Amino acid sequence: MANIIKIGMADLNVAVFPDILQTCGLGSCVGICLWDPVKKISGMAHIMLPSSSLGKTANDAKFADTAVPLLINEMRKNGADVSRLVAKIAGGAQMFSFYSSNDIMKIGERNVEAVKAALQSVRIRLLSEDTGGSYGRTIEFYSENGKLYVRTINLGEKFI
Amino acid sequence: MSLYENLSETQLDAFREIGTIGAGNGATALSQLMGRKIGMSVPAISVLPFSQVPDAVGGAERLVAGVFTTIGGPAPCNILFMFPVDCAKTLAGYLMNRKYCQDEDLDEFGMSALSEVGNIVSGAYLNSLSSFTNLEFVPSVPALAIDMAGAILNTVLARIGIAGDHALLMETVFSEIEGNVTGHFFLLPEADSLEKIMEAIGVKG
Repeated sequence: MANIIKIGMADLNVAVFPDILQTCGLGSCVGICLWDPVKKISGMAHIMLPSSSLGKTANDAKFADTAVPLLINEMRKNGADVSRLVAKIAGGAQMFSFYSSNDIMKIGERNVEAVKAALQSVRIRLLSEDTGGSYGRTIEFYSENGKLYVRTINLGEKFI
Repeated sequence: MSLYENLSETQLDAFREIGTIGAGNGATALSQLMGRKIGMSVPAISVLPFSQVPDAVGGAERLVAGVFTTIGGPAPCNILFMFPVDCAKTLAGYLMNRKYCQDEDLDEFGMSALSEVGNIVSGAYLNSLSSFTNLEFVPSVPALAIDMAGAILNTVLARIGIAGDHALLMETVFSEIEGNVTGHFFLLPEADSLEKIMEAIGVKG
């Protein structure tokens, strides 16, 4: 039986076959999913903000730029080979449309950009993404086959 | 607890007291707007790591309507007024003098009415906060989203996440006496705002 491991906001975790990683209600946050297809080890981070330069904090899982290396490290500890890792991402929506030009309101978009940059800097290939829009997503990542399931309220569900 | 560990019981009590009076004003305004009797709970204050906030408001995947207002000024805060979708439709229906069916989505007018509710209750709440503290609270135009509670909270918490790893929430539950509508009103002060409010009313730690 596969266990479902839940990941909260600003948190990350690793699963080995056959377990499933899940995070509920991604809005402007981004779910970063990494997978080692040979060892069937998966990792997921739920980041809130693009860059650790925005503020000081003790939690590296909160920012795109610090969460990616931290997640890779955790996966390595569980036996994953970094050179084999591939990525899928989801989230980064803009939930509210304000008339203001305030940057924080475009946080979803900035989160997605930052995650892509962080993945690129460690040469991890992004296989697929379901990002942007103005709606929430719940995601499940399967260590068995690297499939990422995305569920929304009004726009159905799919695998990417 | 980082930012909030220095808060004393006295300060939390004072904050709760201001919140109670603010919410009382909000309930009165809501009551007048709807022409119905509105009750309110005693505000509950909690300090939580971000990962626990969605569960504290009823689960990340729950379908809710959220009216979000950012408050500028010397003590910036965020206000999120959240309703279960059925309640949001009933409430909008009261104001529009119509009924939304079970499987009918809120239309533009209904959404606008709901935003206005957020606006009026926040305004009444902030007026009271302002007269207590002599601080200016400048609300933004409210924005509305109907979606998973967790997704709505992301945006609100991202603003607070810049400064720390915990959110302080003051929650007041407004409910119609007849029991058809319940709304959860959250005030989330940003990093140093609570200290500034305490300073303004002269309550030391």
